Amino acid sequence: MPTDQYHEPPNELSDEVRTFARLCTSLTEEAEAIGWYQQRLALETDREARAIMADAQGEEFKHFCMDLEFLLRRVPLWREIAQGILFQEGDIVEHGEAAEEAAVEGAAARGATESGSSLGLGSLKGAAS
Amino acid sequence: MSHLLREHAPITEESWARIDEEARERLTPALAARKLVDFAGPRGWQHSATNLGRIAAIDAPFAGVSAAQRRVLPLVELRAPFSVSRAELADADRGAADTDFDDLDKAAHALAMAENASVFHGFAASGIVGIAEASPHKPIPLGKDCDRYARHVAKAIELLLAAGIDGPYGLALGPAAHELVLESSEHGGWLLLDHLRKILGGPLVWAPGVEGAVVLSLRGGDFLFESGEDISVGYRSHDADEVSLYLEQSFSFRVATPEAAVALTP
Repeated sequence: MPTDQYHEPPNELSDEVRTFARLCTSLTEEAEAIGWYQQRLALETDREARAIMADAQGEEFKHFCMDLEFLLRRVPLWREIAQGILFQEGDIVEHGEAAEEAAVEGAAARGATESGSSLGLGSLKGAAS
Repeated sequence: MSHLLREHAPITEESWARIDEEARERLTPALAARKLVDFAGPRGWQHSATNLGRIAAIDAPFAGVSAAQRRVLPLVELRAPFSVSRAELADADRGAADTDFDDLDKAAHALAMAENASVFHGFAASGIVGIAEASPHKPIPLGKDCDRYARHVAKAIELLLAAGIDGPYGLALGPAAHELVLESSEHGGWLLLDHLRKILGGPLVWAPGVEGAVVLSLRGGDFLFESGEDISVGYRSHDADEVSLYLEQSFSFRVATPEAAVALTP
């Protein structure tokens, strides 16, 4: 069983971080599949085959969105930035810069990212024997 | 500047790092609840309450209009004061490796005990209902006979399975029960630890602040700890000899599935 999705020793990671890494990998795979179907659809001329591919790509859209939603629910800062970018009209880069600035400043104001204040203990699941 | 006022303390960056590291080292083994329940946050110091998703009807003094009020669980703030000798800090800055942090160690243990006790036994004044007191299962007397511990834990798991609660399961052992298990290990009974872990399918945790023991499901979604400010060290005051500091955190805890745990009484 490959464990390529882990950048650090898996046995040193908590259950939550391992699950998070698995879903990140899954998200990547769904995005890849969407890209592959996009290429196939661009070249395929058989109408029936195109219908099947379009249906399959729709599945990948769904999988990608479910993976993304899972990840966003677990990282409030990521979610906050995403909310400033996704489904917005206008310049994507401008929205991105504004969303990042607002989210990071907001987190700092809440004390969530103040390094040196919290001991950073958080969840210790996975730390027990 | 944060409300912890660390910048006002006569403490160098190096000494702050040592104090934080000492606190982390002392807290981590003792924070049993965080090893067994779901942890959300930290949401920040300004986060004041957990949404319960419920309402309570209230009288509305308006014709043709009804009213309801959202129910929330306010976060509780826990603070454990301690002091550090300025002479000790100065020695630490000179490179001394044996700094006396006894008072910090006691405060860390007290805070960890308070967190564990709140989660497992409740904290009435704060509105927190603990896992053991919420459980509808009849508590199982643990006793002092270690040889029967595995049977008691197996019985608890049977109760959970009968209630449709999947594993893996974890075991929070109060200090007295934990000591008995370890003593049994010293007398060639190391199999007890191994046996308990196999029955549970999850960890066995030393849990200061817990009376007896608690078996609980680790499947997730049953026991919800929400952190406002995670444990931090703040500054209170100082004089020529000592710096007064404190460990502080804010959190709420709620049981979503009371039947997902069984208490084992001492």
